[in-house]
Amino acid sequence: MTLLETRGLTARYGDFQALFGVDIALEAGEIVAIIGANGAGKTTLMRSISGVLKNAAEQIMFGGEPIGALSAPDVMARGIAMVPEGRKLFPSLSVEENLLIGKYGRAVDGPWSLETIYGLFPILKERRNSPAPALSGGQQQMVAIGRALMSNPRVLLCDEISLGLAPVVIRDIYAAFPAIRAAGASVVIVEQDVSQALKVADRVYCMMEGRVTLTGTPAALTREDIHAAYFGVRG
Amino acid sequence: MNWLDTIVQGLLLGGLYALFAAGLSLVFGIMRLVNLAHGDLIVLAAFLILVLVSALGLNPFVAALVAMPVMFGIGWLLQSQLFNRTLGPDILPPLLVTFGLSIVIQNALLEGFSADSRRISAGALETASLALGPVNVGVMPLLTFLSAVLVIIGLNQLFYRTALGRAFRATSDDAVIAGLMGIKPHRIFATATGIAMVVVTIAALYLGTRANFDPTVGPARLIYAFEAVIIGGLGSLWGTLAGGVIIGVAQTLGASINPEWQILAGHIAFLLVLLVRPRGLFPRAVD
Repeated sequence: MTLLETRGLTARYGDFQALFGVDIALEAGEIVAIIGANGAGKTTLMRSISGVLKNAAEQIMFGGEPIGALSAPDVMARGIAMVPEGRKLFPSLSVEENLLIGKYGRAVDGPWSLETIYGLFPILKERRNSPAPALSGGQQQMVAIGRALMSNPRVLLCDEISLGLAPVVIRDIYAAFPAIRAAGASVVIVEQDVSQALKVADRVYCMMEGRVTLTGTPAALTREDIHAAYFGVRG
Repeated sequence: MNWLDTIVQGLLLGGLYALFAAGLSLVFGIMRLVNLAHGDLIVLAAFLILVLVSALGLNPFVAALVAMPVMFGIGWLLQSQLFNRTLGPDILPPLLVTFGLSIVIQNALLEGFSADSRRISAGALETASLALGPVNVGVMPLLTFLSAVLVIIGLNQLFYRTALGRAFRATSDDAVIAGLMGIKPHRIFATATGIAMVVVTIAALYLGTRANFDPTVGPARLIYAFEAVIIGGLGSLWGTLAGGVIIGVAQTLGASINPEWQILAGHIAFLLVLLVRPRGLFPRAVD
């Protein structure tokens, strides 16, 4: 069953159009990766789905209902949680408070709680009383993911989670996705780091200049196809 | 001059200024809104208590308890219907709107209550005093100071121990990301202003029972409140109490040297603190 779907999604910032009719679907239980270069429209797509940017209602469907025109808190309350680009932890809150705030708008029972998130990322339990800015980049990313999981979302949106992190740290963080999927969340991963995204994703969409230029399973896509869809030129 | 007595009296006076300032500090800390009508809202609450006391014959403390939910409602409505529309990257609209509101409140009170000076009678409490060692302190000033400390403790508990407090701080850090957590910033702001108006009601109780007031005294209270907030460091509630105490002590010290210097001494203390610590005594680490 299609859980989340965009239908001809368009988005603009004033006179600048960022998305030109994007169609993306996420099935229940799936991990989908959206890859593309800077300015391809990936973050705009995330901002549209999460409600930070408002769209026409029918352009985004979630569980069969139109959510395109809802505000961010209303989208979140329905079960779409976001790990924003750049982590964006709340600097005046401790690690544990950052996690707790994740369920402010949606406190539902489910697999994720403080204990299970500390089980997923044990280092956070040690650092739970530290102010969020005192953590390393990788630890902050773990908090950002945990914060989104606290609402027991049906869909987890991850925007550029590898940005600015060392490869070994990125590997640790990506290692958490099988557990997140097994606990019942479907996941959308937006990445510039193509190799990591291809390893965990069931399907991939490649975006360029506000359009989807390529889609398929990682196994079915060749490097050349991806290169062409990513940069617009044959490598 | 009895130094100890002067300083104790100044300390207790500082409690009153801290009460004036706590609501201002709360609202500024959460939404960076400078409410120029804050002093007039204190006076409005004082008239509300006065009406409850004179019309229903209530004890002023009971009347203040009755006025609190009313003022919370007024604060909620002001924020959700008026101030929220002015918030944005430009800091000028909220200043203009609250400045206008200040004039509206003053003139509405003048229409309703005339320019006569009023006072809320607290009966025998007004003149009661306690001997604390070598110093005699008035019961009302002592109650004022204790109320200020309790208000600051209460607000700190709210800020650092409750889910609402976490939402306050998160919204203050980044309202867009707070929205992604399911927090509705405009609703958080309305709640914060409502709580600030409850504190305003407590301030109004002591303003009205300790001194005369009329519809135009609000802006003068606002200045003391501002100075207390800025001395303390923007957004720090304990700093606001310290700021109030510094102004209070400076004023009583100035007055004991020469009564003409009371007000001036408070302002000079404010400037001196800013010379040494331009960001105030306890600026928040994150801003």
